[in-house]
Amino acid sequence: MAAPMLRGCCLGRCWALACIDSSSRHGRGAATGFTSSGKRGQSFVAQQPLLTAQKSRKGEHKWAAVVGLEIHAQIASNSKLFSGSQVHFAAPPNSLVSFFDASLPGTLPVLNRRCVEAAVMTGLALNCHINKKSLFDRKHYFYADLPAGYQITQQRLPIAVNGSLAYSVCVGKKWRQVITKTVRIKQIQLEQDSGKSLHDELRSQTLIDLNRAGVGLLEVVLEPDMSCGEEAATAVRELQLILQALGTSQANMAEGQLRVDANISVHHPGEPLGVRTEVKNLNSARFLARAIDYEIQRQINELENGCEILNETRSFDYKLGCTVPMRDKEGKQDYRWLLLLFMPEPNLPPLLLYDTASLPAGADPQQVINIDRIQEQLPELPSETREKLIQQYGILPEHSFALLNEVGLLEFFQNVIKETRAEPKKVTSWVLNIFLGFLKQRNLAVNESPVTPSVLAELLNLLDRKVISSAAAKQVFEELWRSKGKTPSQIVSERKLELMQDEEALERVCHAVMEGHPQVVMDTKRGNPRAINKLIGLVRKVTHNRADPTVIKEILEKQLSS
Amino acid sequence: MLGRTLQEVSAALKQGQITPVELCQKCLSLIKKTKFLNAYITISEEVALKQAEESEKRYKKGHSLGALDGIPVAVKDNFSTSGIETTCASNMLKGYVPPYNATVVQRLLDQGAVLMGKTNLDEFAMGALGSDTGGSTRNPAAHCGIVGFKPSYGLVSRHGLIPLVNSMDVPGILTRCVDDAATVLGVLAGHDPKDSTTIQDPGKPFMLSSLTDVSKLCIGIPKEYLVPELSSEVRSFWSKAANLFESEGAKVIEVSLPHTSYSIVCYHVLCTSEVASNMARFDGLEYGHRCDIDVSTEAMYAATRREGFNDVVRGRILAGNFFLLKENYANYFIKAQKVRRLIANDFVNVFNSGVDVLLTPTTLSEAVPYLEFIKEDNRTRSAQDDIFTQAVNMAGLPAVSVPVALSNQGLPVGLQFIGRAFCDQQLLTVAKWFEKQVQFPVIHLQELMDDCSSVFEIEKLASVSLKQ
Repeated sequence: MAAPMLRGCCLGRCWALACIDSSSRHGRGAATGFTSSGKRGQSFVAQQPLLTAQKSRKGEHKWAAVVGLEIHAQIASNSKLFSGSQVHFAAPPNSLVSFFDASLPGTLPVLNRRCVEAAVMTGLALNCHINKKSLFDRKHYFYADLPAGYQITQQRLPIAVNGSLAYSVCVGKKWRQVITKTVRIKQIQLEQDSGKSLHDELRSQTLIDLNRAGVGLLEVVLEPDMSCGEEAATAVRELQLILQALGTSQANMAEGQLRVDANISVHHPGEPLGVRTEVKNLNSARFLARAIDYEIQRQINELENGCEILNETRSFDYKLGCTVPMRDKEGKQDYRWLLLLFMPEPNLPPLLLYDTASLPAGADPQQVINIDRIQEQLPELPSETREKLIQQYGILPEHSFALLNEVGLLEFFQNVIKETRAEPKKVTSWVLNIFLGFLKQRNLAVNESPVTPSVLAELLNLLDRKVISSAAAKQVFEELWRSKGKTPSQIVSERKLELMQDEEALERVCHAVMEGHPQVVMDTKRGNPRAINKLIGLVRKVTHNRADPTVIKEILEKQLSS
Repeated sequence: MLGRTLQEVSAALKQGQITPVELCQKCLSLIKKTKFLNAYITISEEVALKQAEESEKRYKKGHSLGALDGIPVAVKDNFSTSGIETTCASNMLKGYVPPYNATVVQRLLDQGAVLMGKTNLDEFAMGALGSDTGGSTRNPAAHCGIVGFKPSYGLVSRHGLIPLVNSMDVPGILTRCVDDAATVLGVLAGHDPKDSTTIQDPGKPFMLSSLTDVSKLCIGIPKEYLVPELSSEVRSFWSKAANLFESEGAKVIEVSLPHTSYSIVCYHVLCTSEVASNMARFDGLEYGHRCDIDVSTEAMYAATRREGFNDVVRGRILAGNFFLLKENYANYFIKAQKVRRLIANDFVNVFNSGVDVLLTPTTLSEAVPYLEFIKEDNRTRSAQDDIFTQAVNMAGLPAVSVPVALSNQGLPVGLQFIGRAFCDQQLLTVAKWFEKQVQFPVIHLQELMDDCSSVFEIEKLASVSLKQ
């Protein structure tokens, strides 16, 4: 039941980058552009690499997939959107519930300034137009973890609209070419989170935890400008990095601070969009990509078998790796979304924002929000950080992505750079290949690493000063991992890993090796370019990797030519 | 003592003619004697006596908290009262004890007022006394011969008032005279951080001056309020009142509020829609009534709400949900909102044309006998009762009903003054002048009761009402 895989997909190799066959490059709006006439044929094959394999089998029509996302990000705020209750993950059940959160009659919502500022800041970072007037609405449905029977949201006039999110995918045979894609952002709206229902199927009862009820959410609606799971996952990852850089959301998917619903349809290029399904509650980037790709393939299969796609809500069963029609825990088809009633929220006046030009004279700064001030205070965004890394250290674009992709990795990298004389490229290679590799193998986060930036810097200094060879450095690094507290120099001296500084002694070793392997020497002299490497290897073996290969080569070449 | 105004009683307390505890006990005894009227749902005797004792201590030390210290007050049972059951007269909230006080209740208590208990209402105040959504302060006041004041929307906090229609609800003030209403308003009015719809401007203290000259006043008489159903008696009191102003030098002109006739039906759509929304929270999970059915969450909701709400509430919820359906929303809800704006603009236009205050009847007639009252269904009844009052709620304006005279039957009749938004003080000043001119006789409940030919007869009536 595996999902259809992207052709040439390279999961895990390119870190943050979605890796898509080079033929798939299409820019902003390409997916929606399918409907334009006169663009049928070959070009669409290129735009839909996901589907070409199957299509070439079947022959006739090509399919195009259209993916849009609704993302809910919990706002990083001390208190809830409309009440003074604290916000904490994993607090004891129902310990963070105000009278308003429990919807006691007569309680009224009071808007949290911090949440509004977070929404404005996120809107600005995502190139949105900030509405100076926005409105709140009630969205009604009965559910056990929705105490008021409605959720306060911004349906009619949201706080931010018409933005864009740029994300990068790498293409080409070696995934070396980074291309930037853009997905349009329809809107960002402020809304309340619901509580949590815990279904005890054994005792057939439902327990309600209202700690989450009323926590501020940013709903970010991405237009259907994506065309496969990897694109969607990469866009979400970029959004996650932006939210984290802004500090407007911790955006930790595992803790439910970032939840994604995907709208998916397939159609023949040039024809109207197909009926879409919604896959809800995707809470990891990996499942997001898998769910979307599965759903695209499922829809194609259904249509090719002459079936119809139902406009329905589905969920992703990560154990089976497939999407299934969503049912609520009591066994019924989830139809409540079809009967939503909306009404303006009468207890909240319109939310008015100002810029420096429109700020009313003598306004109490505590009572007004100045968009221009927030714009000035915007921190550096991930795209800017990457650009700086490329400029400052001359590293490759894909490495700049990789450095930002792990929490704490960039800081680690920068701290190493500060303390070492080694080249930035060398540092990048060590941090991304060796250091990160070790972490991944052991499933550790950067801040859990026993090797600190200063220790790695010291090790790289030893390498840079040619005190040790690169191979010895890797040995030291492994040792560092095992014996916390030791310095690289300690390990080097304990294990006698210093490079041989005594050139005469090394000359004697080289001589002895040549004597012992006349056939290889003959090969070298006959001009076999690989033969000298064999000699170098032999010398290194005798010296227990303590000799610098470049020095060995020099000596060998001198002796061979004499 | 119980028939006197707040100011008079306050003076008596200060001079030691009566103590807060004595006053409280007198009140409690009257409440008990009139129990057959079903005026109170909960009598908070213990709490009241304790509050009265504390007030008494303050008076003894000479540290009275002000005009309301030791004054008995009653609060409609849709205002949340900490530790005192608050039911909205609904099965749904039977046994519900709020953990907090409504802001207006808190403000009264902070001034030393003594809470006697929670007064009765239609279920969820769908047509009764104390808070004012469509006229529920002014109508009862007119029938009872007292002053019923509905402040401007946004002047007094709704926090803790269990809502009927959030965008129209206002805590109402029922007192014996206009000055008392102003005194209470002075305590209640002002920004409440817990209610975002209260205005930010710090209000000035409400001290009413005594008007001596009305010659600079312009009184508007809306012609649309002269409806065929208006009783000839009320109509004659209305025109006498207009003449009174005119004879004292005020400018009295006929004005037009052209969208008045659409008001009731518009009110109906908006009211039921908000009711449907506000009642969604009563699902039996967090508080209030819960049925015994536990087959599924949905079955539990359905049975809980079936058992908890009466027919009127259920009817309004169904109607409201109908209006909010996606396919009906534009045709009903949006249209009603537009009409609401037109109605509000009618008032704005009239006031912009130089009118200071509008004078209208409060009700079509004096109070009708119970058997007459129950003939009509709730919708017709509220359409009749609120005919002159609900447009004011849709426009958010201040309005006050002032008793004018007794009818031929000996029942009180009130007239309504409507003011500009947030010009509550001007409105009350005019009302006070009018009150002084008409010299409405003080009604003493004690005497009325003694006059009653047969209390037994009334008790029989009351028991009929309980069965309904």
